[in-house]
Amino acid sequence: MEILVCVKRVPDTSENEIELTGNDVNRDDLVYSINEWDNYAVEEAIQIVGRVGGNVTVVTVGTEEDEEVLRREMAMGAKNGVLLTDEAFNGSDGKGIASILAAYITTNKFDLILTGVQADDGAAQVGGMLAALLDYPYASLVNSIEVLDGKLRIGREVEGGNKEVSEIDLPCVLSIQTGINEPRYVGMRGIRQVASIPIPTFGADELGVDPAIVGEAAARVKRLDYFVPAVGRTAEILHGSREENVEKVIELVEAKGGLK
Amino acid sequence: MARIFVIVPQIDGVIEDSAATVFAAARKIDATAPLTAVVSGFGPALDAVATELCSSYAEVWKVGSASFLPPNAEILRVALAKIVPAGSILLMPHDHFAIDLAPGLSIKLNSAFVSDVVDVEAVIGSQLKVVRQEFGGQVSTHVASDMSSGIVITVRPGALKPITAAPANGVVIDKSAEVGTITPKRRYLETIVADSGDVDITKHSVLVSVGRGIGEQENISIAEELAEALGGAVSCSRPVADAKWLDKSRQVGTSGKTVKPKVYIACGISGAFQHVAGLKGNPLIIAINKNPKAPIFQVADVGIVDDLLEFLPALTEKVRELHTISK
Repeated sequence: MEILVCVKRVPDTSENEIELTGNDVNRDDLVYSINEWDNYAVEEAIQIVGRVGGNVTVVTVGTEEDEEVLRREMAMGAKNGVLLTDEAFNGSDGKGIASILAAYITTNKFDLILTGVQADDGAAQVGGMLAALLDYPYASLVNSIEVLDGKLRIGREVEGGNKEVSEIDLPCVLSIQTGINEPRYVGMRGIRQVASIPIPTFGADELGVDPAIVGEAAARVKRLDYFVPAVGRTAEILHGSREENVEKVIELVEAKGGLK
Repeated sequence: MARIFVIVPQIDGVIEDSAATVFAAARKIDATAPLTAVVSGFGPALDAVATELCSSYAEVWKVGSASFLPPNAEILRVALAKIVPAGSILLMPHDHFAIDLAPGLSIKLNSAFVSDVVDVEAVIGSQLKVVRQEFGGQVSTHVASDMSSGIVITVRPGALKPITAAPANGVVIDKSAEVGTITPKRRYLETIVADSGDVDITKHSVLVSVGRGIGEQENISIAEELAEALGGAVSCSRPVADAKWLDKSRQVGTSGKTVKPKVYIACGISGAFQHVAGLKGNPLIIAINKNPKAPIFQVADVGIVDDLLEFLPALTEKVRELHTISK
């Protein structure tokens, strides 16, 4: 099975506190890494290929800076990395990104396309848009995949942790939920081993993407600023010593009848 | 202004609470325009919901088919693309169904798409200005969307206060025949109900809940000791269940359990809305986090900016001490 996984390099917000500089996020001190959902998607693709054969390709829309996440995923076991890059792509909205990916997919042959459920902007949009552009069936929030003949048996995570099980025809697009597997560890050694593998790049011309449908000019959805909202309600922060804070917490828990 | 549609989710004839949030968002886009609800399903349950919606919607479009039991976004997307006029404004709750349905629908309708909206700020000509959140809720953004060729909007459940609808005296319009039969490439098989696990966190009045900030699996025992001292149980947020440090049945949130404790001690939990949505019954929330900007402090009653690995054992020790004295 030929599997394509669409990935994105994002600021690692679990480790970073986000600071604002004017209207924008201060990006100088941010540490970037692979979008967490995408990492699960790549692991899932590698495991599927391990069971039924085939190859995993990872692709991203971005710049040379984004090659590092492609290499990281190649070190995990993705055979190919592909960078879709062009000045015309800058400032694309979700539909723009999906259109660029769709163009790459139509010039190649993939049986299965995976994305993460969402990335740093929380939009959860590119996978669904991509499927619609390609006229492929789609399922989001996927937390299990079993390969059958010409189709997959998949689980979707729905409310309350229940699993909605369906079968879906190939080729299809799935957005992968965290927790579907346990992504393997990648060490520096692994990344060094794939350091010399060439990563082909494709621009708008090679992909046959009309520059008028991508980039900032075509974007119908634009972020105007970043801001920290005025908080209506906020916790009373305890500023005492650790011992004082412990006492205070016990007092509060007792008052609520939580300490017997 | 273009026609405004609200996709109303219903299960077995019961309209989901999130529909009220979406109605409020629609009214913020246009305070007076007649609104159209679209509801899908089958049989008497669908008819009952359609009739109920007439009190607040001028028109209720009913799409009935046995293929909507259970709801299938792959079918409804095709159906909506057939019946919704170009240039329309469509709103729906940002839930697991919309995540399936909405992005592709915006492509099929050739309209703009903006998801997980937490507030509608203004309509300026064909520009819609909304508020979203990024980076797990750490920062907000204003987003401008061009509605001139229509827009699909998903709204975060509970983000806007429900409003009282003016009586609409609406009419039900049956669109089922217009939709016809749709053969999906994704077919529902079954629903596997989540395992209740060894500990039922929904039954405990004290929960010590651990998030990513607990650092590693070995540290869970620190939370277990505190829970034991307090006579409670340990629950967790998504990253801890994903990492398999605790069973999925311990997860609090929209994709886990809804809990109603008296006391909720959130340890190293950032406070994503999907997590907080699983907390009901107005518990005392005590949050301990190293990051003073963690969104959890916006919902907690009391916050402590400290190292969990130091604070929790100190708290456990003090609780044990008090127990010994009272005995």
